[in-house]
Amino acid sequence: MGNMQQNKPSRPDQRRAPIYEALETFRQMRVVPFDVPGHKRGRGNSELTAFLGRQCVSVDVNSMKPLDNLCHPISVIREAEELAADAFGASHAFLMVGGTTSSVQSMVLTACKRGDEIILPRNVHRSVINALVLCGAVPVYVNPEVEQRLGISLGMQREQVAKAIAEHPNAVAVLVNNPTYYGICSDLRAIVKMAHDAGMLCLADEAHGTHFYFGDDLPVSAMAAGADMAAVSMHKSGGSLTQSSLLLTGPRIHAGYVRQIINLTQTTSGSYLLMSSLDISRRNLALRGREVFARVAAMAEYARGEVNAIGGYYAFGRELVNKNSIFDFDTTKLSVHTRDIGLAGIEVYDILRDEYDIQIEFGDIGNILAYLSMGDRPQELERLVSALAEIRRRYQTDGTGLLKQEYIDPDVVISPQEAFYAEKQSLPLRKSVGRVCSEFVMCYPPGIPILAPGERITSQILDYIEYAKAKGCSMTGPEDPEILHLNVLAKNPAE
Amino acid sequence: MEMWFSEFHTPDVKHSIRVNRQLYSKQSDYQRIDIFETPEFGRVLTLDGNVMLTERDEFIYDEMITHVPMAVHPGIRDILVIGAGDGGVVKELTRYDRVRHIDLVEMDPQVVEACRAYLPGNACRLDDSRVHIYFENALKFIRRCESAYDLIIVDSTDPFGPSEGLFTLEFYGNCYKALRADGIMVNQQGSPFYKQDAEAMQRSHKRIAGTFPISRVYQAHIPTYAAGYWLFGFASKKYHPVNDLDAAKWLALNLSTRYYTTQLHVGAFYLPAFLEKMLREVE
Repeated sequence: MGNMQQNKPSRPDQRRAPIYEALETFRQMRVVPFDVPGHKRGRGNSELTAFLGRQCVSVDVNSMKPLDNLCHPISVIREAEELAADAFGASHAFLMVGGTTSSVQSMVLTACKRGDEIILPRNVHRSVINALVLCGAVPVYVNPEVEQRLGISLGMQREQVAKAIAEHPNAVAVLVNNPTYYGICSDLRAIVKMAHDAGMLCLADEAHGTHFYFGDDLPVSAMAAGADMAAVSMHKSGGSLTQSSLLLTGPRIHAGYVRQIINLTQTTSGSYLLMSSLDISRRNLALRGREVFARVAAMAEYARGEVNAIGGYYAFGRELVNKNSIFDFDTTKLSVHTRDIGLAGIEVYDILRDEYDIQIEFGDIGNILAYLSMGDRPQELERLVSALAEIRRRYQTDGTGLLKQEYIDPDVVISPQEAFYAEKQSLPLRKSVGRVCSEFVMCYPPGIPILAPGERITSQILDYIEYAKAKGCSMTGPEDPEILHLNVLAKNPAE
Repeated sequence: MEMWFSEFHTPDVKHSIRVNRQLYSKQSDYQRIDIFETPEFGRVLTLDGNVMLTERDEFIYDEMITHVPMAVHPGIRDILVIGAGDGGVVKELTRYDRVRHIDLVEMDPQVVEACRAYLPGNACRLDDSRVHIYFENALKFIRRCESAYDLIIVDSTDPFGPSEGLFTLEFYGNCYKALRADGIMVNQQGSPFYKQDAEAMQRSHKRIAGTFPISRVYQAHIPTYAAGYWLFGFASKKYHPVNDLDAAKWLALNLSTRYYTTQLHVGAFYLPAFLEKMLREVE
């Protein structure tokens, strides 16, 4: 056995954290800064230093030889990327400092050029469609099935993907949202195979699936399923700082080209706070991730049982799995259906914050999502469950007037890029029926567009927007912040 | 040799007690538990470095948190005690023959173990046949209770540690649900003197006042707590803490006490002007 071990190519040592180590060394050297940032280790901005802490501002430094350069990594950043690639089972990993939005966009911009078709589900995050606006690719939407009771969009069905591939054989890629915000997974392995058989790439928006790489009883990760690229939100379940993210690539992708694509839009002053947080978090996940996420999943399982014991609420879990549109379920997620106590999810979300000082991730028309992670403790979970029990006791209604969330099949008239840059006019909401929208409308979170540029506005969509506004959803996207007007194409394209 | 236990009552105020020796020290799953022997206060129990009780002045706290509700509501038979793993509250409650059932919910079994070993004066009645001890999270325990108790006593630590959940709206709401239609909840409400304590006191009073139709605050002098000045909350669905006091009936029980009297009971609800103002602000 000993010999076999020795003959294997040596793997990088996951106990290392090269960026963190370089910053520690750099700090000890007491280098005199005549470079940016101008706060000079915080000395020039005492209020900022008092607020963030000396330790923090002293490593807010610029790229330099001992610390490498994110735009062209050759030393410690490259080593950190190699460690990340090894930890996530990828051919290459890129440290990203523009949020997972930048990872998703780099993925799409790598795969698509102007006019290319890309197959994707409609319930994607706005960052995906933003990338289509930037590069001029054309979306081919695969309509997700909707779970009737919960009113949530599910994963991509194999048959639907196969149909889209057959109808659009020249598409360049299939993008899968895996898992969804609610923890719903598609049959990623099958979709990867279908895409590859058709000569297409398979991209995974894995913003909510960082932990899949470090769990024994969790859905398959994108890299393990053979996907070509994956956008991984380290700052969500991975524990790194907000805005830090990873872009992973498989063996078919040329890393040098991806780097060029990233550098088209990425800052040249990558933050070492963000990069060191990725480095330290990757180390933590590689060394302790399995036990960490086993604990998170156990907490979520416990909370599901307690929430379901209250009555009225439905905290859903693995029982939903149907091996196709719900191929698998991420058990670390705690999503609760609220409509049966006569409250919209967004109403429960607001009551939790306003009355009980509990901030959850989001509420939509019929559900709430409480984000559980490595930072949670049982006592806070008890508070959440008790607060939900109290909300039921104090606020439950017979549900009159509650809208059921329905998937609205989009009518894509022209590409997002054409619509975004076309000549447009602003119309009062109700006057816009039948016109082609030139901007996004979405509730944030979750940031999944209700309307995207290039889609036809229908009265059903407007009903939904007005209902969501009335229930208190935070709406974003349009130029008019009140969303009383929408920008539409000045001229409807010839049918 | 000088040996002192010190506790910060604020970042700028320190309270110190001379120590003869340390009898017990253990880090439990929830907190650090220490018991000291001291010349002035006898044995002292501290949790995470905060004094919970001393042999010398525990009687004030335990009498005031129990006899006030017991003298108001003649029908108290089923009681839920939360926290209070030292046994002091149970010791007072078990003196009433009419009490038939006491559930004690303490998160940390190590506290009970330590007090049984080193504070027998407090823990002496934990084995009373009417007392049932549950080691679990109080929020979880009470979620399942509905119209089950006549009295709930919340004997928590301060609101900045593991007891934080016992100062929340969801907890008070669950207590309301767990009480019968004439039930009473009494809680330790902290101190109104130092700023951080005062703000926490106001927050919890606001939540209680928003949950129960009757919510009043009463006070006691407890030397080893911050500012030596402590408050209790009296929250009730039916009984008024002063108007419904049946002094003659309580006196007929012939219970000897060292701090509580039926006259003091009434007086404890007369509050200083600054405190009345603080409470009014959040009611």
